[in-house]
Amino acid sequence: MSEQISVHILDSTLRDGSHALSHQFTAEQVARVARGLDQAGIEMIEVSHGDGLGGSTVTYGFSKQSELELLEAASSVIERGKLAVLLLPGIGTKDDLKMARDLGAKVAQIATHVTEADVAQQHIELAKSMGMEVIGMLMLSHMGSPEKIAEQGKLMERYGADVVLVTDSAGALLPPTVRERVRALRDAIQIGVGFHGHNNLSMAVANSIIAIEEGARWLDACTCGLGAGSGNTPTEVLVAVLDKLGYSSGIDLWKIMDVAEDIVRPIMQKPVRIGKASLTMGYAGVYSSFLLHADKAAEQFGVDPRDVLVEVGKRGAVGGQEDILVEIAMTLAQKNAEVEASPSRRLA
Amino acid sequence: MEQIRAAILGSGNIGTDLMYKLKRSHSLRPTIMAGIIPESEGLARARQQGLAITTDGIEGLLNKKDSFELVFDATTASAHKQHAPMLRAAEKIAIDLTPAAVGPYVVPLVNLEEHVGEPNVNLVSCGGQATVPLVSAMRSASPVEYAEIVATIASKSAGPGTRQNIDEFTDTTARGLERIGGASKGKAIIVLNPAEPPILMRNTIYGIVEESDPEELRKSIEEMVGRIQEYVPGYRLRAKPLIEDFPGRQQKKVTLYVEVEGAGDYLPQYAGNLDIMTSAAVKVGEEIGKHLRAGTWEKDRSEARL
Repeated sequence: MSEQISVHILDSTLRDGSHALSHQFTAEQVARVARGLDQAGIEMIEVSHGDGLGGSTVTYGFSKQSELELLEAASSVIERGKLAVLLLPGIGTKDDLKMARDLGAKVAQIATHVTEADVAQQHIELAKSMGMEVIGMLMLSHMGSPEKIAEQGKLMERYGADVVLVTDSAGALLPPTVRERVRALRDAIQIGVGFHGHNNLSMAVANSIIAIEEGARWLDACTCGLGAGSGNTPTEVLVAVLDKLGYSSGIDLWKIMDVAEDIVRPIMQKPVRIGKASLTMGYAGVYSSFLLHADKAAEQFGVDPRDVLVEVGKRGAVGGQEDILVEIAMTLAQKNAEVEASPSRRLA
Repeated sequence: MEQIRAAILGSGNIGTDLMYKLKRSHSLRPTIMAGIIPESEGLARARQQGLAITTDGIEGLLNKKDSFELVFDATTASAHKQHAPMLRAAEKIAIDLTPAAVGPYVVPLVNLEEHVGEPNVNLVSCGGQATVPLVSAMRSASPVEYAEIVATIASKSAGPGTRQNIDEFTDTTARGLERIGGASKGKAIIVLNPAEPPILMRNTIYGIVEESDPEELRKSIEEMVGRIQEYVPGYRLRAKPLIEDFPGRQQKKVTLYVEVEGAGDYLPQYAGNLDIMTSAAVKVGEEIGKHLRAGTWEKDRSEARL
């Protein structure tokens, strides 16, 4: 039998997963989850605000506890794995990255919109100079052609990244579109290739496997499928599937199931599911992190969250533009009120 | 009125746009543009507009130092760091549009008067020019505990300098919100959006302010918007100021949506982020000009203080 293929897993329960809890993880919860993940054999354990270091803001929602406290909590319990953080240039800064490094972070995910990799140069270079492993993420990958992804991935490679991920932030990619993007990236760069999936169209695990078939060796996932929108690729399901397909992840299946069931699920405020709003996001290709913000804004102004999301799509909004959701909901509510009040409507 | 004569250092997009705005100014007159690329379109346009030109950069400019009082530096941060001492030695006032920040940050309508006499002033950042005045307007109605802004600009309007050092934008703008806007704490976020056709610059401004009269806040904000529009005609609120109770605390949350459409002098209209820099530069130049005419801009005051 040929040698088993190893897949590197980054668990983002304590980063992307925090979207689903509106960034309300406590240090005590972080320590419990991180310890469980570490003992289950997770290679990289990511802890940050959902929108990355420095994301605790009015725009993206304030974290319950400071990043410093959460990173310290994780760092103090991780023995085998590596602590990872996320940074989105434009939101977090080099100072945030230095703080994370000082607290023991060994892996930095640096994420940009799929067409804007050049804003990450200074952060990738800084992380490398501090001895960190760098994973570049091309967010909203469905908005970039395979050629664009190859071109932007090359930039990240030039800046010093060790891995580049096709990042399906909207959960909008399907097996054929994952395949062509991962293939283009793999053909363009010498460094590692990976995939970060969202489950808005129920494709996260399947897309991850397609990515592996095309040469990806790095996958992001979250226990219980926690995460923005309909959540990420569920770690415990992914581990089971990888195992059945004969790939090695170094993760103990029973233990990761236990972490999901016994530690993470009781912390969850509500189940992550494919609801009509998150399904609309996958269908229309809207950034998954907008979900709870869109729901809240729609409720505040009495409009349908799907109308808000469709308008977001029309405006071509990219990751980070959570600020426009309230404005869109407010404008829609005004329009609705005008329609209600217009004489033609009453006649009809 | 005696016009104050201005030099433009840098013949790129910013310098060229600035030239057209200066041509329209009643109190300033552009007399010379300095570049280093002889075939640059900016220099050709400057010549067409009747300006003297030099292709020898700062040296060429200083060879003709009797033809201007003010210098607008629209080159790069590293170039301006070299230009600044040379301009100072030549006793020229520098208005710095680069991120070099050799001199103090200035935002017209807010803090220029605090820096009378400075030989060199810096224009913060596009996000700072677009948002600091409104934070300051909130501040004049009520103490601002926290100000946060999200500036979203068209990818096409972000040059390589901005992209290679995006932290400069976030750090500088946040400090501007604090030191000039008067917020106890500031945070700035920038998002580049590649949509086609390119989007106009937009800024969302959040202020967490102490319990105060919403009407007074609204009035102060709207008044400031009107005053900004006098020098940035494409500056507008996209919606009425949203003023809500801040959950759990005796505070108000103010949300403002601002859009900046450029005048399209040379830069495209969507690049409101660049237009607001050249517009603010002209406004600062005009205010300095008033002082120069009145004899109240004491060039050596900042040195005398040492």
